[in-house]
Amino acid sequence: MTKETRSFERVNKIIQKYEGKRSSLIAILQEVQEEYRYLPEEILTYIATAMDISPATVYGVATFYAQFSLAPKGKYVIRVCDGTACHVRGSAGIREAIEKKLDFGKGKNTTDDLLFTLEMVSCLGACGLAPVMMVGDQVYGQMTPEKVDEILDEIIKKEGASA
Amino acid sequence: MERYRAHVLVCAGAGCISSGCFEVEKALKQSLVRHKLTEEIKVVETGCVGTCDLGPLMVIYPEGVFYQKVKPEDAEEIVAEHLLEGRVVKRLLFRDLKSGQEVEKIADVPFYSKQLRIALRNCGQIDPGSVEEYVAKDGYKALGKVLGQMAPQEVRAQIKASGIRGRGGAGFPTGSKWQFTAQAAGDKKYVVCNADEGDPGAFMDRSILEGDPHSVIEAMAIAGYAVGAQKGFVYVRAEYPLAVQRLGNAIEQARQRGFLGRKILDSAFSFDIEIRVGAGAFVCGEETALIASIEGKRGEPRPKPPFPASNGLWDCPTLINNVETYANIPAIILKGPEWFQQFGTEKSKGTKVFAIAGKVNNTGLAEVPMGTTLRELVYDVGGGIPGGKKFKAAQTGGPSGGCIPAQFIDTPLDYESLRKLGAIMGSGGLIIMDEDTCMVDVARFFLEFTQEESCGKCTPCRVGTRRMLEILTRITRGEGEDGDIEKLEALGKLIISTALCGLGQSAPNPVLSTIRYFRDEYEAHIYEKRCPAGVCQSLLRFEIDPALCQGCGLCVRVCSSKAISGQRREAHAIDQELCVKCGNCLSKCPFGAIRKY
Repeated sequence: MTKETRSFERVNKIIQKYEGKRSSLIAILQEVQEEYRYLPEEILTYIATAMDISPATVYGVATFYAQFSLAPKGKYVIRVCDGTACHVRGSAGIREAIEKKLDFGKGKNTTDDLLFTLEMVSCLGACGLAPVMMVGDQVYGQMTPEKVDEILDEIIKKEGASA
Repeated sequence: MERYRAHVLVCAGAGCISSGCFEVEKALKQSLVRHKLTEEIKVVETGCVGTCDLGPLMVIYPEGVFYQKVKPEDAEEIVAEHLLEGRVVKRLLFRDLKSGQEVEKIADVPFYSKQLRIALRNCGQIDPGSVEEYVAKDGYKALGKVLGQMAPQEVRAQIKASGIRGRGGAGFPTGSKWQFTAQAAGDKKYVVCNADEGDPGAFMDRSILEGDPHSVIEAMAIAGYAVGAQKGFVYVRAEYPLAVQRLGNAIEQARQRGFLGRKILDSAFSFDIEIRVGAGAFVCGEETALIASIEGKRGEPRPKPPFPASNGLWDCPTLINNVETYANIPAIILKGPEWFQQFGTEKSKGTKVFAIAGKVNNTGLAEVPMGTTLRELVYDVGGGIPGGKKFKAAQTGGPSGGCIPAQFIDTPLDYESLRKLGAIMGSGGLIIMDEDTCMVDVARFFLEFTQEESCGKCTPCRVGTRRMLEILTRITRGEGEDGDIEKLEALGKLIISTALCGLGQSAPNPVLSTIRYFRDEYEAHIYEKRCPAGVCQSLLRFEIDPALCQGCGLCVRVCSSKAISGQRREAHAIDQELCVKCGNCLSKCPFGAIRKY
């Protein structure tokens, strides 16, 4: 556990922003996840105490929605669209190219250096450009395995340079 | 208001953004500065124009010239030639696939000429970030009319008379929903916009929210007045950050202009809207699950009745309509129900937005009158199937829908005709499939989706879909057994009749519908261990024809499992033990020496 996760100050601010309203629990979790890139367990418990609801309720919501992650995610979240249009236009090949390029290790979807997380999502709504992938907020359309290489190489280069 | 000689509309829908429209816009603006044209020519960022695969798109008015695949380096030529000299830049025009002719005007591009735009009337026409532009297009006029001249029951009567039905899936009459919510007992009522567009392959709601957010805000305020609600929620899925941002901005502008808030347009009516961002759960498109999610709970559905119209958000009467339904409302109020009634078929009035995608030349969003045939959509609007391949089927309604095979291509697309074929309108996703699409794989794909998205609350959906998926997976792996098809049919019917909510009740549809029309493909997989479309990897075999192989080694380099070997300039061979059947070699071989069986 790092010092950072022990400090609940930022979490408090987020809860206060939503006036601790029960109906804002999802929005609160979303903002907390934005801060920490995932939902650390002790923070879930803290949110429950601060909002006066049971930890089971908070945990139940956090595990129900696909967006929430209880394990740390990489700095760059790669979302490969596997919606219908992308599927029939070859999203499987895009996924394979990414898995070949980045070493996730068996059964994992985040690289050990916490640089990349790979997620398959159901539809990004850019079907006209299938197959599509997103890295962070950037959308890449009409993907090919070669383009995967280029895009990832660029990020790796940038990260290598700044590290 | 300033007057400009010409307007350059740059599409800034999510599709064009990813194709680089902002770089094009920047280059265009720089070029306008260089030519000192900034006083004469206005650049407008619009919402989605519709043909995403042709992006970045640009339309220049007053002529309405349509430029496609514009690159930043083209900007200078467009300014110097078109805007200064009045000469159209021919090489950037759309080329008709059939005639090979260039098409100059957007209205003549086949993708647009067949369309009738009501819900999408402003998409690609105005700057979604500017309330002034919306107002200039008669925006908020319907709200003014309703608040100034009509009683709530008159508004409801108009909606009912128009015959509009819910555009989100089931096609329930919108007017009746409004009536039930208005009549339900309770002081506090809510209006909800369902923008949890989860069907893979559908993106009309996203385009409306991104391209014309005020139309939804105006319609929700009208609905609030008609049913007696003062508060509205828009539930948008998290995968649409741009829609959330533009809608939020539009709500803020509407508040500043007095279109939202206390005593709207000096009437006694107050109404405000809050955005709720989903967190990634397909089931939240189901209305009772959506309500639970807005309340901050797990998005699990509950049995109906009671319906949300009487017991919705916090147990109060709640009206829930879909984005596209709302986008129609201001037009109906302004032009009257008779005007709306003239479009469509007897029981399906108005238009429907279809998201055309898959194996078709022109992909994108097209709004056509209800009753337009599938053939018109595929061949006229969609421009046919690429590569001279044959149309095999269209899948409508996403994971809850079914497929329409080639023999029914002249079916008019409306709620009743689709239901008769075992498909549904759904939200309007239309995935076109050609002869290279395996229908068993498609069925498996959809079931895998619903299986993953099943919330787990009821057993038929949680366990039943899993059993069906296991059988389908076995079939696609070449491990299918006699009796599997019958098992799928029996299980499917059982799930449909016993699942709790719409997700489970419709999950077997893609499987049952593909069995109904493509039983022979299932049988080929099960009895002959063969995938006729050549998709199911376990049933494929790649071989190199030694007579054609030149030994160039290209395939060796792209092979993902090091299965190909051979001496340079001599025939290569594939080790079948190592081959993972990715097909890379096939797509790379310049001599056509690799065969797929």
